[in-house]
Amino acid sequence: MSNPLRDMEKPDLIFAIGTNMTECHPVAATRLKKAITDGAKMVVADPRRTRLAEMADLHLPIRVGSDVALLLAMAHVIHREGLIDESFVADRTADSDQFLKHIREFPPEWAAPICEVPAEDIEQAGLMYGRGNPSAIYYTLGITEHICGVDNVQSLCNIALMTGNLGIEGGGINPMRGQNNIQGAGDCGAVPANFPGFQPCDNPEFAEKFSKEYGTEIDAERGITKVTALNRCGNGIHAMIIDGENTVVSDPDRNHCEHALKSLDHLVVIDIFLTETGELADVVFPATAWGETDGVQTNTERRVQRLRRAVPPVGEAKPDWWIVSEIAKRMGNTHFEFESAKDVFNELCRLSPIYAGLDWDRIDNSEYQWPVPEEDHPGTPRLHEGEFKNGMKGLFKVIGYRDPAEVIDDEFPIWLTTGRRLQAYHTRTQTGRSAGIEYLLPEETLEVHPTDAEKLGLTHGGMAKMSSARGSIEIPVKVTDMSPEGTVFTSFSFANVPVNILTGSGYDPVTETAELKVCPVRVEPV
Amino acid sequence: MTEFREDLKDQKLLTMTLDGGIVKFVDGETIYEVANRHRKEVPTLCYDERLEAFGACRLCVVEVEGIRNPVASCTTKAADNMVVKTSTEAIDKHRKTLLELVVSENRNVDVDELSGYASQEMTNLVDRYEARTGRFCGEQSGTTNTDDKNPFILRDYDNCISCYRCVRVCAEQEGDYAINVMNRGFHTQIITEFNHDLRDSQCTFCGQCVQTCPTGALGDKKALRDADTEGEVKKTRSICPYCGVGCSVDLLSKGDKIVGVQPAMDGPANEGALCVKGQFAFDFIQNNDRLKKPLIRRDDGELHECEWDEALEFAAAGFKKARDEYGRHSIYGVASGRAPHEAAYTMQKFIRSSFGTNYIDNCSRA
Repeated sequence: MSNPLRDMEKPDLIFAIGTNMTECHPVAATRLKKAITDGAKMVVADPRRTRLAEMADLHLPIRVGSDVALLLAMAHVIHREGLIDESFVADRTADSDQFLKHIREFPPEWAAPICEVPAEDIEQAGLMYGRGNPSAIYYTLGITEHICGVDNVQSLCNIALMTGNLGIEGGGINPMRGQNNIQGAGDCGAVPANFPGFQPCDNPEFAEKFSKEYGTEIDAERGITKVTALNRCGNGIHAMIIDGENTVVSDPDRNHCEHALKSLDHLVVIDIFLTETGELADVVFPATAWGETDGVQTNTERRVQRLRRAVPPVGEAKPDWWIVSEIAKRMGNTHFEFESAKDVFNELCRLSPIYAGLDWDRIDNSEYQWPVPEEDHPGTPRLHEGEFKNGMKGLFKVIGYRDPAEVIDDEFPIWLTTGRRLQAYHTRTQTGRSAGIEYLLPEETLEVHPTDAEKLGLTHGGMAKMSSARGSIEIPVKVTDMSPEGTVFTSFSFANVPVNILTGSGYDPVTETAELKVCPVRVEPV
Repeated sequence: MTEFREDLKDQKLLTMTLDGGIVKFVDGETIYEVANRHRKEVPTLCYDERLEAFGACRLCVVEVEGIRNPVASCTTKAADNMVVKTSTEAIDKHRKTLLELVVSENRNVDVDELSGYASQEMTNLVDRYEARTGRFCGEQSGTTNTDDKNPFILRDYDNCISCYRCVRVCAEQEGDYAINVMNRGFHTQIITEFNHDLRDSQCTFCGQCVQTCPTGALGDKKALRDADTEGEVKKTRSICPYCGVGCSVDLLSKGDKIVGVQPAMDGPANEGALCVKGQFAFDFIQNNDRLKKPLIRRDDGELHECEWDEALEFAAAGFKKARDEYGRHSIYGVASGRAPHEAAYTMQKFIRSSFGTNYIDNCSRA
C-alpha cells in the first residue's frame, strides 16, 4: 500500500476494485466503514454484489476481466471534464501527452458493452473519482489475477497520476496483500527478479554485492518464475524445495501442477501439516507453526512486526530457517552459521537498503514501516510524498483493452470467477483444523444467479457439474443474486471442490500471475 | 494514554485544576480523558475508548466546583479554569453504592479471565470499592441465551449490566449492526434481529462484543474450554497469521497449550479489532495432524517417519545429485508467504549461495 492503514478512515472518495474486503481483509474494511459513516462516498467495481458493493454509493458489476476498459473510460471522463490535477501532472509525471491523446478514443459508450454496465454509471464513476478530494484506490487479486494484471495496475496508476492522488493523506494506490507475510517474502528477495530489499538481480552491481556476500558467483540475470519452473519440471528442473505452500491445491490447473511435481527427481517440502503437496514429496520436514517460533513479518502497509513464541513446538518441529540452513550446511555451504531468527533478520537488514535502519530489537514495538534507510529514520508510512523514489517522474502508460485468455463460447458459455470466504483461509489447512469454523461454513457452494439457475435447470442445494477446457468438478448449488447473470462464483478453499482443476487458462506475460479470476465454464445439473 | 487525542492535537491548550494540581488539556477533551491522561484511575463500566462516550454507568462521576451534583466525566467536556476532584468521600460512596446495586442484580461477580479482554473490569471495581456487602437484594435481570449453539460466543445475559458496549462496538467499530437492545430496565435484552441465532444475523463472529464486555456476560466459548486447565494464563504479543493486514494479538497460553487469542488494543494495524479467523481460528497449531517428525519416502513408495539426520542428509544429497547431473539451473526454490522473514530469507540465500542462480519465487503468483 502506498498509504498507511489508518489513512483508510480519511478518503473523500473510496474506489474499491476487485477487492472483497469485508471477507478477505475484514479489519481493514472496518476502517472504510468508518470513513463512510463520516461522509466518504464509495464506488465499487466488482462483478459480484459483495458486502462492500452493498455499502457503495455506486456499484459497477463489470464483466470479469473488463477492468482496463472501465479504467480507460474513467480516465476519458476525468480528462474530458477537466478534473486533471494540472500542477501534479506538470511537476511530477512524464509521458502525459501521449496518454491523454490515447484516452480520447475511449468514452464510456465504448466501454459499456465490454464491461456490461451502463455508460452513465461509468461516467458517474469517473466523475466521482475525479472530484474526490482525496480519492483512494483499494484493490486485491481481482485486479492482479488476470492475463492483464499488470495492465490493470498501471491503469489504476494512470488515474491516480492524472488526479494527483498520490503521496497525500487519505489517497494513494493501495493493494491489500492476501497472506500474512507475502509482502515479507518479496522484501526478503524470495523472487526471481530481486535480491533482498528489491535490489534487481539483473543489475551487475547488486549481483556482485551478493556474490561476494554469499561466496558464490550469482547470475546477473533474472531467474524464472514458479509458473515457468513448474512448466519445466522433468525437463530442465529436476529438484525443488517448497516451503509452506500447498501448491497442488492453490495453484491453477491442478492436474498440470500434480504432473509437474511428480516429474521431479527430488522434491523437498517443509510444512506444518502433510498437505496434498507434501504427499508428493521425497522428504517432508515438520516446521514450527505460528505461536511456536520467533520471527518477523511485514504487513500490507509495509509495517515490520515481530512474531513471538508462546508455546514449545509440537513433536520435533523446527523453524524453517533452521531446516533450510541445515540442508545448506550439509551441501558444504559455509554461509549458514545462524544461531537464531535474530541473526537471520539482522543479516537481512544489513544487506537491504529499505531495512538498513532496522534491526531485531528496534522493531520490538511494530513502529516502523519501510523504507527505513538509516538508523534514527522514523520510517515511511506514506510513499511518494513530495517526490517519487529517487526523484523519478510518475510515468503514464498507454494501455489497450484485451480479452481474457479464454472467452465464453457455445461450449463454455458461463464465466467462472473465484475468491475467498470470510471464515476459510486458502486451502483450509489451518481454518479447516480450527474447532467451530465448520459451524459457520460447512461446505463450499457455487453461487448462481436465479435467472441462470432456471435457464440451466439448477436447484438451490442440488448438485451441478462444472467443466472447463481442463476438467470438471461437482459442486452444490447456491442460488443467489450475489452473482450477476452469466457469472458463477466459488472459492478455492475446499478440498472436495477442487476448483483449480478448472482454472489456469492464461498468465500475465510480465508477472506470470495466473488468470484465476476468469475461466469460461459449462454448468449442468447432475 | 499520556498523549492528546490525535484529532485534537491542533486545538487550543487550556488549563484546569485536577485533584489540586494545575494541568494542561486541549479544547475538546472530556474530563475523563484529561483525568485518564494523568493516571487518575477514574472507574468506568460503560466506557471503551474506541467508542462514543455513553454516560450510562455513572461510575465516572467527579466533583466539579460550582456544580451541585456530581457530573459524568466521560460525557462532560473539560473547560478552562475548571476545578475537578476525581475522588472524594462523597464520590467514592456514590460509586460504592452503584456497584453494590450492580452486584445485587448480577448472578456472578467472578468470571474467568479467559472470558474476554475486558471481562475482569466489573470484578476489579467491585473489589476496589469493597462492594460485596449484600446490602441490596431483589430482582435480577437478563436471561441466559443457551439456545444459541454457536461455538464461539457465550451469551449469558444473566450477567449483563446494560452498558451496551457490545451493541455499540458492533455498530460503531464494526459497522455490522448485528445486535440491538430490546426493552429497558430489568427487562433489557440484547438481541439479534427477530431474536434469531447469531449465525442467522449480520454477525461476522469477529468477537469484538466478547472482548469489550466488562462482566463476562459475553464470553469467549473457545477459550473457556480451558477454564479448568491447570496453570496461569500467559499472554504473548504476536501478529495474526492470516491475511496481510497484520493485526496485533495476544496469544493466551496455559503451560504448553495455546488456549485463546485476544486483540491487542494498542496494535497499530488493528487498534483492538480482529476478524473471526484471527479471533477464533488459532487451535490448528496444536491439532493432532501436525507433522511431528520428518518423513522420508522409502522403497515401498510410502512416506515414513525418520530421524532428522537421515532426512537432512537425504535432502542435501538429492540437490547435490541434481546439480551434478543436470547443472545448477536444475534446482528451484519456493518460499512461503505464510512463514516469517527468516524462512524466506534463508530459502533465497540457499538457492543463490548454493547454486548461483535466481531460481527462487514465492507463492504470490497464485
